[in-house]
Amino acid sequence: MTLQDFLMLDLPPLLAAMLAGGTCGLLGSFLVLRRESLVGDALSHAVLPGIVLGFAITGARSGLPMLAGAMVAGVAAVALIAVVQKAARLDPGAAIGAVFTTFFAIGLVLLEVTGARSVDLDLDCVLFGQLETLVWVSGREPGALFDPAALATLPRQLGLLAGVAVAVALAVAVFWRPIKLACFDPGYARAIGLPSRSIELGLALLVAAAAVAAFEAVGSILVVALLVCPAAALRLMTDRYTVQVLGGAALGAALGAAGYALAGPVPAALGLDLALNAAGVIGTLGGLVVAVAALVRPLRQDRPPAPAPA
Amino acid sequence: MIAYNTLVVLSGCALLGIAAGTVGTFALLRGRVLVSDAVGHAALPGVAVAALIVALLGADPRALPPLLAGAAIAGLLGVLAVQALTRTKRIREDAAIAVVLSAFYAAGVALLSWLQTLPGAAQAGLSKFILGQAAAMRAEDALIATTVAALCLALVLLSFQRLRSVAFDADFARVQGLRTDRTDLLLLGLIVLVCVSGLQAVGLILVVALLVLPAATARLVTHRLPRMLAVAAATGGLAGASGAWLSALHPEVPTGAAVVLVAACLFTLALLLAPERGLLARAWQIAGRRLSADTEHFLRAAWEAQEAAGAGPGTAGDRWAPIGAVAAARGWSLGKARRLAFWLAQRGLVARAEDHVHLTPRGATLARRAVRAHRAVEHHLLAAGAADAAAADRLADLVEHGLPPGMAARLLPEPSALPASPHALGARR
Amino acid sequence: MSAPLEVQHLTVAYGEKPAVWDVTWSAPPGLTAIVGPNGAGKSTLLKAALGLVPVLSGEVRFFGRRLDDVRNRVGYLPQRASVDWDFPATALDVVCMARYPRMRWWGVVPRAEKQAARAALEQVGMSEYADRQIGRLSGGQQQRVFLARALAQDADLVLMDEPFAAVDAATEAAIVGVLRSLAERGRHVVAVHHDLATVPEYFSSVLLLNARVFAAGPVKEAFTNRNIAATYGARLAVLDEASVGAAAVGT
Repeated sequence: MTLQDFLMLDLPPLLAAMLAGGTCGLLGSFLVLRRESLVGDALSHAVLPGIVLGFAITGARSGLPMLAGAMVAGVAAVALIAVVQKAARLDPGAAIGAVFTTFFAIGLVLLEVTGARSVDLDLDCVLFGQLETLVWVSGREPGALFDPAALATLPRQLGLLAGVAVAVALAVAVFWRPIKLACFDPGYARAIGLPSRSIELGLALLVAAAAVAAFEAVGSILVVALLVCPAAALRLMTDRYTVQVLGGAALGAALGAAGYALAGPVPAALGLDLALNAAGVIGTLGGLVVAVAALVRPLRQDRPPAPAPA
Repeated sequence: MIAYNTLVVLSGCALLGIAAGTVGTFALLRGRVLVSDAVGHAALPGVAVAALIVALLGADPRALPPLLAGAAIAGLLGVLAVQALTRTKRIREDAAIAVVLSAFYAAGVALLSWLQTLPGAAQAGLSKFILGQAAAMRAEDALIATTVAALCLALVLLSFQRLRSVAFDADFARVQGLRTDRTDLLLLGLIVLVCVSGLQAVGLILVVALLVLPAATARLVTHRLPRMLAVAAATGGLAGASGAWLSALHPEVPTGAAVVLVAACLFTLALLLAPERGLLARAWQIAGRRLSADTEHFLRAAWEAQEAAGAGPGTAGDRWAPIGAVAAARGWSLGKARRLAFWLAQRGLVARAEDHVHLTPRGATLARRAVRAHRAVEHHLLAAGAADAAAADRLADLVEHGLPPGMAARLLPEPSALPASPHALGARR
Repeated sequence: MSAPLEVQHLTVAYGEKPAVWDVTWSAPPGLTAIVGPNGAGKSTLLKAALGLVPVLSGEVRFFGRRLDDVRNRVGYLPQRASVDWDFPATALDVVCMARYPRMRWWGVVPRAEKQAARAALEQVGMSEYADRQIGRLSGGQQQRVFLARALAQDADLVLMDEPFAAVDAATEAAIVGVLRSLAERGRHVVAVHHDLATVPEYFSSVLLLNARVFAAGPVKEAFTNRNIAATYGARLAVLDEASVGAAAVGT
């Protein structure tokens, strides 16, 4: 493998996988801690109609309209889940199942009706992701890394992902303590006057944004893997909040990198004729990490229980 | 004349919907619907592995039975994985479901991409299981799916009593000596069967909707289990058949999406229009209750204004009450009082002239009843220790109109004599 | 000076059932117990005062002001907190949360705030468990951590919801110690309390509540056998339809 190959073909998908993994991994801990993992599942499906509409209205595959459409769809889905849950007196799981499947189905139909599919937003991208298609045409030599003109030709999806990643990281950093309390004890947060509800809505918005950005890299459904697997694995490994949250982000990014590498470049370097779907490998690795964490956990549980209170 | 193939596919989808509706009802009542999401997604690697094995054995990789068997095995593994993860205590069920469905699906995607690189068409058409494509179903495939769905239905009917007792009150069932864990296992098995039989028509991503939406629709419409099952089965069957038909007309629309959208429309209709739980019915009830409360308050205020104007307690006299006085007594805006006066005049309860109202005989009868009820409650509250007359007045309003009608009815007596108001009449404090 | 907590004509209902009925009461300075039978609306009164459940009617004042104006003067100890005990947080983390309104929303916890949190843990005898994950504490220890959190708010008034429910002897002693030291420092406590026997020992004033106020005042005056019997013997009088009819006919 030459350096040029790496810059042109491997660097963009690698970066995309790591950014998507890091962003989703960071947010996933909050979902898991708030017992809202399935909201992440729902959001990642529910943004589809928004993405398609954003695309159809502007007619171009540019980031912002799709992002805006997806955020609207995400918020609508979350609101609708609450309405359905209350009005039909369903348990949260059932309400989620009723709403997100409907949104996803609408998205699928819109994809056909608006003709969006024929252009270049195709179903395979939704179902399987398309990491492999990200290439950097100008990435012929290392110097391009410092050349603004060449950097401008980096795949557009990378820009969106990077933007969302920065926004999510900033939001999490700035609202660190209110988020922590909103995860741990929302009632108390309200009692001492922190804006618990706004924080909850903000988290849903961030997840929707991350779902859209990552959607283009790994596909709608594997976003769930990136959201939940790192966080779930960390839940099995740590009792520290900071480790949980930041570790989730790191693990997500690592999964992205490792998954991408294992899917193509590593077998190729070993001379194997094996090219797998990178998103699939990333998700599979995520599940394996959780499984290993669950299997190893009993071995670490040999600490004595708390002594009786004095 | 519908082609034989289409007919078989349509009736297969209808039966699938019926089976999903009934199984979904029990799953919903037991809080297990989203497990079916994990089961559906987990089927993908099963299908892929089965196709690989069949291809390696040299048989036709498109034959349905081995693929469905693979899906069923993988679906069961998915359920077991969810249970194993929740047993760590650290990972709750929601997270476990999300992990399993995404990781299994990812493994399926990776496997599919690998199959694609193999010589021979092992992967051919496997991705249609993801979103479903009834149009591509052959009659013999439809028959297989139909058989599985029918098997499901038969199992539900056979074990109806068990399922019902566990769905309603698992603890009670356990105390009665029922093996609830076995029944739960049976329910999970049924969920797996429905998911598997729905793979071809609806696809693994959306099959969960076929379990949730009809059951949720039925839940909105009725409280009673047999009716719920019937409504869910009918909804599911209708959605299945019409969805398959729609997608036969427009082959570019995935069948799964069509079926789900039909089911979602039915659910939305029920959500809006269901006789008791529907949003419209409830909004109508609330508006009606509010209007009748306002009506009563207006009549009472008009009565008391006339009473205070010198007609003496217990009689309305023939004086006209200014609408402004009614508004002040109730703390309403003048506009609201005028609108109510207009509405009551339409109903023939008051006469209206120059911003004054006068109770008609019919209005006076109603007003007298309202005043009597209100004062009875006031006097009772005073006797029961309410702080003072003003508090009793306010609480009586709450008792009459701030509480659900059933409870208020129990509180409202019909005394023969009209007691005097315990507090001075006029503007509210 | 205004009363630490004052409610006027407070009425709260859950669905079909009125839980708090036209309660007008003002908490005196010092330690006050709210006593009454199960389902008498004691916890509901606290939650309604804090705005955690919707009220049908009524006014609430803390130190003569609205809650939003004096949030940092009001602390809260929920009944056996319904949190996820597996949450990745140590005892010290939890206590620090009480100081969040005083801190920036990001960055490390300032040393002074951490000191305050440690002091609160010390006061409930939990210093040595500061770095332990909360799920690895016993039930009583967990309760003391949440007591420390209420203390760390450094509030002038602490509302406590059943602080003594199902605690071990050590924890009960710790809570009593905390109550005494709060009183010595001129702070106020309003606590929902279950155990009638210990009311005179732990508290200076009492509110006897069964949906409405049956008696209120200094323990010596209000906590009489007669008042207690009335509170616990009374059915929710408003719902007694026989007496509604009787009162109506009688007038």
